[in-house]
Amino acid sequence: MKKGFLTAVIAAGMMAVALTGCGSKKTTNNDNGTTGDSAAKGTTASSQASADLSGTISLAGSTSMEKLCEAMSESFMAKYPGVTVTVEYTGSGAGLESLAAGSVDIGDASRHLKDDETASGSVENVVALDGIAVITDKSNTVADLSSEDLAKIYTGEITNWKDLGGNDEAIVVLGREAGSGTRDAFEELLDVKDSCTYAQELDSTGAVLAKVGSTTGAIGYVSLDVVDDTVNAVSVDGVEPTEEQILAGKYKLSRPFVMATKGEISEQNDLVKAWFDYIKSDEGKEVIKAVGLIIPE
Amino acid sequence: MKKKAIIEKTARIIFLVCAVIAIFAVCSITVYMFIKGAPALKKVGVSDLLFSNKWQPTAKDPSYGILYIILSSIVATAVSVLIGVPIGLLTAVFLSEMAGKKVGNIVGSTVELLAAIPSVIYGLIGMMVLNPFMYKLEKSIFAGDSSHQFTGGSNLMSAIIVLAIMILPTVISISTSSLKAVNGSLRSASLALGATKIQTIFKVVIPSAKSGILTGVVLGIGRALGEAMAINMVAGGAVNLPLPFNSVRTLTTQIVSEMGYSSGLHRQVLFTVGLVLYIFIMIVNYLLLKARRKGCMDE
Repeated sequence: MKKGFLTAVIAAGMMAVALTGCGSKKTTNNDNGTTGDSAAKGTTASSQASADLSGTISLAGSTSMEKLCEAMSESFMAKYPGVTVTVEYTGSGAGLESLAAGSVDIGDASRHLKDDETASGSVENVVALDGIAVITDKSNTVADLSSEDLAKIYTGEITNWKDLGGNDEAIVVLGREAGSGTRDAFEELLDVKDSCTYAQELDSTGAVLAKVGSTTGAIGYVSLDVVDDTVNAVSVDGVEPTEEQILAGKYKLSRPFVMATKGEISEQNDLVKAWFDYIKSDEGKEVIKAVGLIIPE
Repeated sequence: MKKKAIIEKTARIIFLVCAVIAIFAVCSITVYMFIKGAPALKKVGVSDLLFSNKWQPTAKDPSYGILYIILSSIVATAVSVLIGVPIGLLTAVFLSEMAGKKVGNIVGSTVELLAAIPSVIYGLIGMMVLNPFMYKLEKSIFAGDSSHQFTGGSNLMSAIIVLAIMILPTVISISTSSLKAVNGSLRSASLALGATKIQTIFKVVIPSAKSGILTGVVLGIGRALGEAMAINMVAGGAVNLPLPFNSVRTLTTQIVSEMGYSSGLHRQVLFTVGLVLYIFIMIVNYLLLKARRKGCMDE
């Protein structure tokens, strides 16, 4: 009996070891698989003179661009193992200041450069466009909102759809949690930063989509790329939220993601050139699309 | 002989190691929470953090007041316990004192099933059934009231109802077993003295099962305080004063919803929120310990 117990314990222990062993092996295998894949893609896609590139690229700037920068630097470093990309999220203005001061290679900004910033030699390179769609539930008859009205809805000045030519239905103001990039962009573009009164703060794009779709009178905002037919996408200032309108620069709720350099890209060192080449390559475009952004023309 | 001794010794060590793992886990979690949670408390200031109601972590001039969040947690827990405990206790009385074997079995296994349902299911049902119902109620109560912000039914009430149901199994199962453990001779004596069954239950059986019932209540409080998933789905998640039809955020959902994209001091404050929650849970557990000791002393 006792001998049986002991063997059972040992067997259990061995099994545990075996299981964990299997688990870790599996993950490394997967890792190898993905890096192998992307590396393979890389060689077919663009320049081969990559392997000997080494050094550090430093970026600083917009917190909104965190997702893009993280994804981009990750896949970039996977392709160029010798290169280290460091990104600091200090805010658009601070990033451009660091660029002007020469302490970083690239300044990230989630807006167009101001005149005094270009005057100091910084050049604007738009790498992606961020678009936000305003959505309402299917039964809502309001198809167009001016940006002033939208701001008033979100600050709680307008509380009923009838004031906007819709049904007599209370407006349920939905938004994202503090720290969300979409919320940050939306509030910044409407100039209502930190003065919004939300009825619900949801922690994912999917949750906003689902709640808006199922609540009469609800309004919410999501990245343009996730809008589906369970909700209405409202036009803003008479402009429909489409990729074309954003590329044409007509849609209000969009903003450029800029990676500014001091002087033109052609004047930069090889590392920075490789970085921008990568962004413009098919792989780079995949990354931009994967984080829900629009590729500029 | 020797072999037996070795087996005995190995078994002892295995048991000891298992016991140490639990202790180690608790100690390291405690230390970790204090290390991670304390810095923000110092940076923001205790009163600005705990006693201010302005939660604007991403503003230019950020403020990290979690007073409303703490209050929401307390109110949601307290009210759900006030609703859940009487229902749970009476169910337990029914199970232990009145129900026949067949009915008792049905109710008993239903309660067990209720305990086994994952909290995300409670949240889902709350979101799909309770929230629309609450929205209708909200619309009829606040019709024409322009000062009220309509929440679409995701509010404190929904959270309380979901929590009250979620703590039922805990309260019921622990109360039932402690009621069943009451000595049968006490019941017989009470009945022999001419007390009715109801009198016996409320004057004799429940008082003698007091400490067990209290344990159930305290565990229920812990469950309600610590629930995150279901609440996140039904409570709305805006930081507001905990009024019945306001969208609220509790300590748990605060962490769940903002951990993803937070950074810097904002993130540190979320750890402090975790610390506050942890301290609340420690207080609840201390009360539990006290209730049990008192129960022992009474006997």
